[in-house]
Parts: sequence; C-alpha cells; structure tokens
Amino acid sequence: MSQRRSLLPGFGLSLGVTVFTVSLLVLIPLVALVTKSAELSLGELWHTLADRRVLAAFRVSFSTAFAAAFFNLFLGLIVAWVLVRYPLPLKRAWDSLIDLPFALPTAVAGIVLTTLYSPNGWLGQFFAELGIRVAFTPLGITIALIFIGLPFVVRTVEPVLQDLDRQQEEASTSLGASRWQTFRRVLLPPLVPALLTGFSLAFARGLGEYGSVIFIAGNMPMKSEIVPLLIVTKLEQYNYPGATVIALASLVVAFVMLLIINGLQQWTRQRTGRD
Amino acid sequence: MSTTQNILRPAPRTGTAPTESIPWVRYALSALALLIIALFLILPLVAVLFEAFREGVGAYVDAITDPYTGHAILLTLITALTCVPLNTLFGIAAAWCIARFQFPGRSLLTTLIDLPFSVSPVIAGLVFILIFGSQGWFGGWFAAHGFPIIFALPGIVLATMFVTLPFVARELIPLMQEQGSEQEEASIMLGASAWRMFWTITLPRIKWGLLYGVILCNARAMGEFGAVSVVSGHIRGATNTLPLHVEILYNEYQFSAAFAVATLLAGLAIVTLIIKSIVEWRQQRQWENASS
Amino acid sequence: MQTSRLGLLSGKPVFSTLLLGALGVTSLTSTFAQAEEIQLLNASYDPTRELYQDYNPLFSQWYKQQTGDDVTIEQSHGGSGKQARSVIDGLPADVVTLALGYDIDAIADRTGKVAEDWQSAFPHHSAPYTSTIVFLVRKGNPKGIQDWDDLTRDGVEVITPNPKTSGGARWNFLAAWIYVLKRELGDLGKLDDPQYADEVKAAKAAAETYVGNLYRHVPVLDSGARGATNTFVQRGLGDVLLAWENEAFLATQELGKDQFDIVVPSVSILAEPPVAVVEGNVKNKGEAAEKAAHAYLEHLYSPEAQALAAAHYYRPVDPEAAHPQDLARFPDLELHSVNEVFGSWRDAQKTYFDDGGVFDQIYQP
Repeated sequence: MSQRRSLLPGFGLSLGVTVFTVSLLVLIPLVALVTKSAELSLGELWHTLADRRVLAAFRVSFSTAFAAAFFNLFLGLIVAWVLVRYPLPLKRAWDSLIDLPFALPTAVAGIVLTTLYSPNGWLGQFFAELGIRVAFTPLGITIALIFIGLPFVVRTVEPVLQDLDRQQEEASTSLGASRWQTFRRVLLPPLVPALLTGFSLAFARGLGEYGSVIFIAGNMPMKSEIVPLLIVTKLEQYNYPGATVIALASLVVAFVMLLIINGLQQWTRQRTGRD
Repeated sequence: MSTTQNILRPAPRTGTAPTESIPWVRYALSALALLIIALFLILPLVAVLFEAFREGVGAYVDAITDPYTGHAILLTLITALTCVPLNTLFGIAAAWCIARFQFPGRSLLTTLIDLPFSVSPVIAGLVFILIFGSQGWFGGWFAAHGFPIIFALPGIVLATMFVTLPFVARELIPLMQEQGSEQEEASIMLGASAWRMFWTITLPRIKWGLLYGVILCNARAMGEFGAVSVVSGHIRGATNTLPLHVEILYNEYQFSAAFAVATLLAGLAIVTLIIKSIVEWRQQRQWENASS
Repeated sequence: MQTSRLGLLSGKPVFSTLLLGALGVTSLTSTFAQAEEIQLLNASYDPTRELYQDYNPLFSQWYKQQTGDDVTIEQSHGGSGKQARSVIDGLPADVVTLALGYDIDAIADRTGKVAEDWQSAFPHHSAPYTSTIVFLVRKGNPKGIQDWDDLTRDGVEVITPNPKTSGGARWNFLAAWIYVLKRELGDLGKLDDPQYADEVKAAKAAAETYVGNLYRHVPVLDSGARGATNTFVQRGLGDVLLAWENEAFLATQELGKDQFDIVVPSVSILAEPPVAVVEGNVKNKGEAAEKAAHAYLEHLYSPEAQALAAAHYYRPVDPEAAHPQDLARFPDLELHSVNEVFGSWRDAQKTYFDDGGVFDQIYQP
C-alpha cells in the first residue's frame, strides 16, 4: 500500500517511542550479548561451540523441535480440518481450547506433562508396559513440544481452510478425480504455505522452549539436554562467556528462522490472495 | 472458475462438499481430532485439578491461602499491571508507525519486534544479567544508588516486558495494514486534531484486535517462567512470582500444594481463553461489517 | 530520606511540623528501646529448606531476647551453584549457607564480598553441621545393594544429579572416588606418600574406571539434588538414589513411609556444608545488621540449633546437645573429608568438575 506520509500525524512520536523501547529492550541486550561473546577469541569461540556436549545439545534441540513440529503438521491439519469442515457438538469450546498451550504457563505444563508421562503416571504406565520410557528421554521432550506447538499449526491453517473455495473441490470430484487426487491437487497446494508457516513457528518456539521441557527432559548431557538448559548450566558454572556464546548461536538460528517465517508468510499471502 | 460454476449447481458455503461425503471418514477424522484435543489439551487440565485435590479440599485451601502464595499472586499482578499497559502503549505506537508510514529500516524494526517471540526465554534472562548484574555494565551503578534491578522487581518486569513485547504490536500491525488509512486521512483533512482522530477513528476500529493482543500479553506476562527464573533470585515472599512459586513448592515435595497453585494459573488460562473467544467473535463481526 | 522530604515540604509549615514531631517520636522510642528492625536474606541450597524454616524463628526469638532487635530472615533456595551464581550476579544475600566450600570460594574470588579466609570465621571450618552420602533403595532392597560395588552391576539404575551443576552430586562423585581409593589402597595415608606413587596412580585409574562405569548406570541426570530425589521418589525411576543422608531420611520418614530403605555403604565422604557472612552485602545495611548476620551463623553452633539440626537429620558438630534418639538414627561408617583426600575444594573442583576435567573425560552416556 502506498502511503501519503505528509497527511497522517504522529509519525515522529510513534517512531520515537517504538525505537526507544526496542533499543532498550532488544537492541541493547543484543549488543551486550555480542560484546560479551567478543571477550572470547575466535579459537575459544570455536572451542566452546564445537564441544561435543554443546553440539549434542543443539542436536537434541533441533531433532526434538523438528520431530514435534513435523507431528504437529499432521495433528494440526486434522484438528483444523475437523474444526473448520465438520459439524461438532461444542465446537466453539474445542476451538478455544486449542489456544490452551499459549495461555497455560509453561511451568505448569511442565509439571503436569511430567506427572502424566513418568513411568508411574497416568499415560506413562501404559508406555512403560510396552517398554517405552517417555519422560526423561527425547521422546518426552518431543511430547512437551508437540503440546507447545499444536496451536501454531492449527491457527495458521484454519483461516486458509476457511477461505478455500469448495466449488473447486466439488468440480474436481465431479470431473472424476479420486478423493486422494482431489486432496493432493486441489486442497493441498493452497495449504502448503500455511502448513509450512505453522511448522516453522512451532519449530522456532520448540527450539527456545524451556519451562515445559526441563521438568520432563531428564537433562542427560549428550542425550536429553536442550540448548536453553545448557545455557543455564554454563551460567551456574560461572562460565558467562560460554553461556553467552551458546545464547548468541541460538539467537542467530532464531533470527534465520524468523526470516524464513516472514518469507513464508509473504508467500502465503500471495498464494491465497490475502492482503 | 467461471466454467465450473456453470456446470455445477451452486453449493451453499456451509454445505457438505463431496470430499467429505463418506460418513466414516468424517467420523474417523472427527474422532481423531477430538482424541488429539482430549489427550494433549484436556487431560493435562484434568491432571492439574486431580493432583491439586489429591489431599482433599482442606489442603487445597491451605495452599491457596498461604501467605507466600498470596505474596506470589501480588507480585504476579504487579508485574502484569506494569508490563501490560506499557506494552500496550508500545504496541499502538509501533503499529502506528509501521502500518501507516514507509521509512527506511521498517522491516528491520518489524523483525526486531518479532525477535522475542523466537528467542529462548532463558536468553532473555541472561541478557539482563549481562547488563544489570553486579558483574554487568550498569549493575554496579544501580546497586550503589540503592536501586537494584536484578533479583528485584525491576528485573522481573524487564524480563517479562522483553518476552511479551511483540504481543500487542503483532496483533495490531496486520489489522491496521488491512484496514488502510483512508478514514484517518479523511478525518485529518476535515480538520480533526491528531488526538481526536485517534480516539474517534483509529481506536474504535482496532479495539477488538487491541484487546486480543492485550489478553495474550497478559496471559504470557503472568505465566512467564524461564526468563523470570533467571533474574528472580527466588526469595520467598519477595521475588517469587506464581509460576516460580509452583516450582518451589514442587521442589519442597509439596506436590498437592504445587498443583493447587497451578490451578490458579490454569484457571487464569481458561479465563483468558473465554475472554479471547468472546473478543474473537466480536472482532470477526467487526471485520465482516467492515467488509460488507 | 526524611530530611530530604522535609526540604521538599518546607513551604508547608504544618506538614513539616507534623513530620518533625513524628520523627522526634520515632527517634525517642528507638533510643529508648534500642530496637532495630533488621531483615536478612539467607541464600541456601535445596535440602536445607525444612531446617531453616525451623531455625529462623528460633534465632529471631533468641536474638530479640538478647538485643531487643527484631530480625526477620528471608530465604532463597536453589541448587548450590545456582545460588552462588545469583549472589555473584548481585542477589543481596547477607549470609550464604551452601552445599560445599567451592561455591563460597567462587563468591569470594569473583566479588570479594566474602572474606578470603571465610572458612576460619566460624568453628569446624565454618560447617555447623555435617552430613554424608548414603544409598536410598526401594523397600526390601530388591536389587540387594550393599555397597558401592553393587551399583555398577548389570540392571542396576542409579539416580544422582549432574555434578557440573549440583553440589550434592559432587559429594556423590567424590564419595564414590574415595571408596575406590580406599578399596585399592587399603590406607588413604598412602596418597601423600611418594613411595606408593605407582600404587596411587593405579588406584586413581581404577577409580576413574569405576566412576565412569557408575555414570553409565544413571538414566536421569537432574540438575539439582531435589530434582533427583523427585525423580526417584515421585517418578519411580531407578533402583538406587545417591543422596545426602538428610535427604534420604526425609524421604523415608516423610515422603513415602515404608517405601524406601537406607543402605549405608562401607565408606563415604564427610560432607561439610559451610556457612559464611556476605560482608560486601550486609555492610550496606548497617552495623546492627552486620552484628545480626554474624550472630545468625554463630547461633547455629548453639545447643538448641544443634539439636534442631540433628532433628532435621543433619549430623551436629556438637552431638552432646542433640536428642539421643535423633543421634541414634545416624549409622556409624567410615568417613573421609575432602581436605584429607583431595587437598581442598578448589583442587577437587579444578581436577574433577571444571570443563575438560575428569568428569567430562569419563562421562560417556
């Protein structure tokens, strides 16, 4: 949209307030993070990041966040589909419940999920009988991250599903396409950008999640230790530069994720003709 | 498009599309969706309640009325009451300059506002320690002047503000972009003051979106754990927020008490969801009115 | 504060007179009773919650009788390393009561807020109570755990926290280490004797093998002692919990009666959780607070406090004061201190737990 800047008031004031707040809360902290990391030489920096325990933590964080986001693609699509398309009793209630993971404090989520999935918990005991340990393994982390990430996929897919033109589906079936073909050729293409956005949002959130994960993770170095926990661990060993370097590395990852998400969202808008 | 429309009888928008016509697919998918909701969303809520009342109503009431719990509630409220209004003002200002004006660095500013969303809360705590901790840049100065930041209320507020910074702005920016600025421009051209334009044109049009952002911001502000945990110091009755109090009780083997306090937070989440769906409904109506 | 307010209000004589009057009254009462309101913050580690919950009112009452001053004590609990880190970052703790000396050393080294020679400030190396590391097993000891060697048998799962973050876990690690040295050498006196250098070297290699093996039996490495106890007791994970003696007692007596047994190993470590005044913080609060902070820690050695420590399953340094029934609960076992085997906590920390140290080398999950 083109703006005729001269007409509207308040640009200076609003920009001033925004830049001031962002500088104070985001920019200065970022600078602090970078300068603190700069206390290390490049060699030390490399040494900190290439440590096998650090690499393992990044691997755990990435793989669990990825697995959880991947599962959420399917779970989220099914839930969104049913909520948009099918008549359900108490639909509004189910629909608002989707946002529970947004609203429930992560510490509460953490202790509850641990209680449910520990070997003597409500759900954990069934897994235990099958010889599967959920709590205190990467599987437990993944489940916590599925909980945290579910609303991201549902909430990005829902509006696109609502806007889909059903007549195209009807046309496709009446022209003799099988259900699977209709799904793949007609339904899926417009959903892909939204699904990818939801996936990246859930993935990005999963990478940084702390509160709900530490209770259930078991925190085994090399096995179930996540990056945020490693930062806290380094802090508690008085290793400030080490903590900062790892924080900076994950910040860079977060930044890249954001760029990807913003790109995807633009793509979604173009594809669906919104905005 | 037009050809298919000619071939087919126009289907009502709420009707059943052929893809959904097989009942068993519909039932199976519905059942699956409800199972997912039940397993991942409802069961945890039930578990909180169950564990909270495991030792009876008396123990529950004791845990809730404990003075330390009271103090944690108070601190959580103070934090939210400081952060939410400040972030609301920030959100309106940010949305106004980003949605209404073109300027160099606009997309960078948007990304910076988004950043707290995808940064681990632990890092949020860490950066404030780097700045305001006694080993940090300004920590010594503030402490020497009798105004400690870390391990005191200001640190908790700062960390919470960081984490909740994007909520209101992110809600308003797309909304205001979608609405366009014609009405505001018209009011200015007709001689309205900036203040008057804001109150009579801008605010009424964004109020539901604003409220939506405020509610989400508030829920996060009251429930933040990771960032606050790093800067709080966990002093009972002084710097313990509700989520931290849950953790402390949990570590004191007072499981029922921990879950009892957790019900307060879960209740808050439920109330948030209810208000949110009301707001959503109003907002939707407003959008529909605007577009029709 | 009050004088500046007077300056501000000088235009309103009525207010300032009132305020002056109020000021006069308060100063009068304070000279009369000499009562001060003092607030102290005790930053402590996890398992002392119950002890200080009882000790704080005991001290306040006693101190009020002695001096007339009102002392309220705030508590902050967490992993020992985390608490030390908080104090370094500016947590205004007036006294620290932590799990091991190294954490207080860290505060002294990094901030200078604690005196370099803090260990000599109070009797018994500033450790008013001691403890040790024992095994907590499931009721009836189904896996037949008797001593350290049984922990590395096939199928035995051991719960212990992460020694990088938890003070208690470092005691666990060192206790296991001491056991192997003792088993291999027979007499720990050989450690400092150059003529046994080869034997000592072999014993240390054996200890490395054993401890590395031990950690391969650990399914969950919590970040703190409390987390580990929760995992074992509440989550039902593992066969053995390596625990502070006081945590083990707490678990058997209060958490799950008749669910657990305590197994006492043949050799263990003498754990000395130390206390220190954070001079750098408390001196800002004035002389009365400084006095109270010192008294607070000193009074830990009083007969009442010692009895209280014993009641909370800590071994009192002055057993005379404790209730005989409480004392009878403590089993006899061979204990060795850190200073005796490892020189000092600084040395032990550097060799075993710093990044790249022995723990990092042997930890292979």
